[in-house]
Amino acid sequence: MARVELNADAVPRFAPHVQFRFDAKRTQWVILAPERLLVPDAIAVEVLRLCDGQASIATMVAALAETYQATPETLEGDVLELLQDLMDQGVLTL
Amino acid sequence: MSMPEPPLALLAELTHRCPLQCPYCSNPLALEGVEGELSTEEWCRILDEAAALGAYQVHFSGGEPALRKDLPKLVRHASAAGLYTNLITSGIPLNGEKIDALAEAGLEHVQLSLQDTLPEEADRVAKMPGAHAKKLEIARCVREAGLALTINCVFHRQNLERLDAMIELAVALGAGRLEIAHVQYYGWATENRQALLPSRDQIEKANALIADAEARLKGVLLFDHVPPDYYARRPKACMGGWGRQFLNVSPSGKALPCHAAETIPDLRFDNVRERSLADIWVKSDAFRRFRGTGWMPEPCGSCDRREIDWGGCRCQALMLTGDAAKADPVCELSPDHGRILQMVENGAGQETPPFRYRRKAN
Repeated sequence: MARVELNADAVPRFAPHVQFRFDAKRTQWVILAPERLLVPDAIAVEVLRLCDGQASIATMVAALAETYQATPETLEGDVLELLQDLMDQGVLTL
Repeated sequence: MSMPEPPLALLAELTHRCPLQCPYCSNPLALEGVEGELSTEEWCRILDEAAALGAYQVHFSGGEPALRKDLPKLVRHASAAGLYTNLITSGIPLNGEKIDALAEAGLEHVQLSLQDTLPEEADRVAKMPGAHAKKLEIARCVREAGLALTINCVFHRQNLERLDAMIELAVALGAGRLEIAHVQYYGWATENRQALLPSRDQIEKANALIADAEARLKGVLLFDHVPPDYYARRPKACMGGWGRQFLNVSPSGKALPCHAAETIPDLRFDNVRERSLADIWVKSDAFRRFRGTGWMPEPCGSCDRREIDWGGCRCQALMLTGDAAKADPVCELSPDHGRILQMVENGAGQETPPFRYRRKAN
């Protein structure tokens, strides 16, 4: 097994046995993984809600660009960095 | 009384029975018997209460939780209640069929213990011939069932030389995570301290090796490594802070802030048979005693790390200073830190005595 390096064409999805859900009690989104809890910040939540196993990172970036009225070029680097980090942590897979 | 944040996880110690006899077991010296264990119905109620209280995860632990015949039923119940389910196991009572049944019941993740990479050494520590081979087979079954796998190995002076080999083994077994757990000196491990305590040289080599492996295996294997207490400069945030994140229920239903909390003599523990989990979490004497920072003496009370390490470990403070409310002597700022240094000094280079194995009424 080798580390996966993401690019804009990649289509990430949540890894098996990782749950991304809204916690109504604490009113926050959480990521549950083996013996781990991650609390993504508001921006990460926006990105992860687009992460459905169908959309490529380029598609996700385009959608975010429209929502935030920014150019895809200004967003792509940050989105890739965020998703790569979650990939490295085993939260996402291809 | 301000309302505490809800717990993140329930540690469900289903039983203290175990086919292994590891000399560093984290269970108390006074092991609870099968006759006092909570029933299936009682555990189901506790799981519901934990989920309602806001816990995200349940860790089915023990002893060996798979010795409980109702484990699949409890996993199914926990999963239906919305809890993320982890099984912490020796693997010994399991087989492919049982693991498939657990996966079908909603289990997400298995944390499997290995004692060493050398079979004869692993079996000697576990005091069970064939244990290691069986565990390797179970690791394969877990991955075949599509479950997430963590390998947990407790390290000490007699197996630290194989840390590198254990990392390779975890990767080869398809584990996503490796827990490098240094022996923590409570209960059984305290009985065996001289046989287990590593040297400073061993720890320094291990730290360098882990840092290197972590970088090399980024995106392949996650490392969960807590530096060993006696060689740390600051204490660990034991249980993420007393009564902050975890709620431990013993086989007979005692609700504990940590699995070793019963060593503290003047704490009164409530039983889940008599009070609801929510009531215990919020109001019980045991959970409130060391919660937050209000109880802290100096040097903790004014320390800028007081909400990082939460004063360290209460059981360790008690064991090494005689007072559970003092600073954890692992901290360099503790007036009792010299005791740790002395223990390390005394242990280094000494002969390794035979183990006193974990067993009931030893």
